Amino acid sequence: MSDIRKYGIYDVAIIGAGPAGLAAAAELKRSGVERVVVLDRETGAGGIPRHCGHPPFGIVEYKRVLTGPSYAKRIVATALESGVTILLKTTVTSLGTEGVLGIVSPDGPGELQAKRVLLATGTRETPRSARMVSGQRALGICNTGALQSMVYLKNRIPFKRPLVVGTEVVSFSALWTCKKAGIRPVAMIEEKSHPTVRWPIYYGARFFNVPLLLEIQIMSINGHERIESVRIRDAKGNEKEISCDGVLFTGQFTPESTLARTSHLEINQITGEPLVDDYGRCSDPNYYAAGNVLFAPVKVAGKCWQGGREAARLIVKDLAGSLK
Amino acid sequence: MINTEYTKISKSSLLADVDVAIIGGGVVGCAVARRMSLEGASVVLIEKAADILDGASKGNSAILHTGFDAPVGTLEWECVQKGYQEYLDIRESLNLPLLKSGALVAAWTEEEESRFPDIMKKGAENGVKDLRLLSRGEALALEPNLSGELRAAIAVPREFVIDPWSAPLAYLTQALANGGKALFNAAVTGGEFTGNRWLLNTARGTVRSRYVINSAGLYGDILNRDVLGSSDFTIKPRKGQFVVFDKVASKLVRSIVLPVPTKRTKGIVLFPTIFGNLMVGPTAEEQDGRDDASVDKDILNDLQAQAIKNLPGLANIPVTATYAGIRPATERPEYRITEDVDRNWITLGGIRSTGLTSALGIAGHVHTLLQRQGADFTARKNPSIPRVPNLAEHLPRDCETPGYGEIVCHCEMVTQREIKAVLEDDLMPAGSLSGLKRRTRATMGRCQGFYCSARLAELTEGKFPEPIGVGESDE
Repeated sequence: MSDIRKYGIYDVAIIGAGPAGLAAAAELKRSGVERVVVLDRETGAGGIPRHCGHPPFGIVEYKRVLTGPSYAKRIVATALESGVTILLKTTVTSLGTEGVLGIVSPDGPGELQAKRVLLATGTRETPRSARMVSGQRALGICNTGALQSMVYLKNRIPFKRPLVVGTEVVSFSALWTCKKAGIRPVAMIEEKSHPTVRWPIYYGARFFNVPLLLEIQIMSINGHERIESVRIRDAKGNEKEISCDGVLFTGQFTPESTLARTSHLEINQITGEPLVDDYGRCSDPNYYAAGNVLFAPVKVAGKCWQGGREAARLIVKDLAGSLK
Repeated sequence: MINTEYTKISKSSLLADVDVAIIGGGVVGCAVARRMSLEGASVVLIEKAADILDGASKGNSAILHTGFDAPVGTLEWECVQKGYQEYLDIRESLNLPLLKSGALVAAWTEEEESRFPDIMKKGAENGVKDLRLLSRGEALALEPNLSGELRAAIAVPREFVIDPWSAPLAYLTQALANGGKALFNAAVTGGEFTGNRWLLNTARGTVRSRYVINSAGLYGDILNRDVLGSSDFTIKPRKGQFVVFDKVASKLVRSIVLPVPTKRTKGIVLFPTIFGNLMVGPTAEEQDGRDDASVDKDILNDLQAQAIKNLPGLANIPVTATYAGIRPATERPEYRITEDVDRNWITLGGIRSTGLTSALGIAGHVHTLLQRQGADFTARKNPSIPRVPNLAEHLPRDCETPGYGEIVCHCEMVTQREIKAVLEDDLMPAGSLSGLKRRTRATMGRCQGFYCSARLAELTEGKFPEPIGVGESDE
């Protein structure tokens, strides 16, 4: 039988140990909140920056330029120094009323209760399937998140000559990762007539020596075991086959709000974010949200960190009974 | 492709020397392997791919059919009836799941509604006696999220949902646990019948067998031409595309929502999956390619739009996955089960969407045919009954038992322990990444590998000929 309070009772439970969650946790402790726990399903804390192996991180928070992994270490250290408890490999499976969270961890299923819960579950890119792209399913299709975690956490590459889809900030971050990992993209393509990011980043494609093709539609992804080519069509209707061994779908961020969606909390049906009031409170006022789960489509780590700190300040007021 | 050298082959150089060789590791082949092994035959299942379920069986609707709309009195109808009942009889002992969803045949137009009396009549003829005609109000009371355009429905209470991959896995595992053998990466390229035995030439060597069962699905006709010299049917591959909605959609509808079927196809179905998703599909597209399971953006968008039209709450629910399956249709709608009695060969051809349900029934039919051909096996006493891991969302999952290491795939809650078990399985370790995915669900959830690809690449390193990682990073 699962012990109803196996995972303890806290003042504030934070779901997600990325920049927003860790900033909020540290701020709560600094403000004198006693029992603060951060829950993360991954084996390491720090969130997405753990596998963004390039600068610039930490300018707002630490007044210096760090790479993602060094930044992730810093925010974890700051939280731990403040006395925050971080529980890793701890998956929240349900959000209940009265701040009761369903938990699964290698220690067994159970529950945890907190006076306030902060959702800081971040965001992720839209995969190929949800984009309804034509063609075959084969090895070598992934998002930037998968590419970067392979390169920076496991020292592996999923392809050598991919086609890069998208021209958002993250797309250029992906080009940077490719360059460092020895991957040579065959081209970067964009459906629109101009890149999503503008100067200065978009000159990046030139810097990385990757041809940038605009107004391009993917007609089909081809390959049986592994990707062999992608058929594209340009604005004039000309089609051609680009030979490649992978397709990297970048960006089109979508909030990782599954927990909220499957719970009693209300969802903004357009963005997929949990619905919040001016204080970042969800439809159940025991729940708050901060960071990229609220910043659709996406913001940089520094903004998430600031958002987490701001949410913490509101939660402190709320716990003291001074929030309207 | 007949090689006379085979007759001179010594027993020690044979890959297998058995009573029954089954060519094709789809659901039908796996069910036949199980049944014949339980009947006391020595069996080998020969599969050209690296794992089971690599062809038609990898992309179906996962429905356990009552056969209420099957052509009455046909072999298909009989095998569906028997297969349905046997699945219910054996599923608990093999740990196979069942989602008692029930189905509604939905009429959206007057014309569709006008065909209801025929469907009711056919159901009664087919022995499915619990069909119930529902008024618009009754149907909407049962499924309040369906569109108000609904005119009427027929309830099919015993139409259920199962796991399309764990069922055949359990069948073959049971065959192997009872002394059977499986050969992968072993495409059959030819063979010779010596008067009482077959010598089959495979990509991995020679197999000797008294009887051969052709369950090669999409390649059944080619196999017969290559080995027997002719085939009395031709496979006309029929592609079906599917759209899988996020698990939050499962709150919207409980039943399988069937359209009023046409002559050619069961039509596009909206149905829950055993894994907690909601799906729409399949289309029915004739094509030449037997392995071209490509999806088409416009068709996927149409499917999604059609699903939203019938279930408006889907409008704001994200798509998790899209895929296509290929059904081995032939020139004619019925099963093409034929015997070459002189050469101890049985062909199980043209098994389409009902195959998942009928497989156990077909396996029983194969046993009957072999007995008629003079095979005399003694059923195994106290056979081994292995249990397969559960992946069904509504039943306890591995992550609910402590000590699983870590959760690798967060969307589908797949543990390190589950992945390790499939990679290191004694009887049949996963032979390919797609095999591993079907047997664990890793990367099959809403993020499609955003979070777990790196860890999965690490855990599967060196295990498969086509790995996730293609090399080391320069970083």
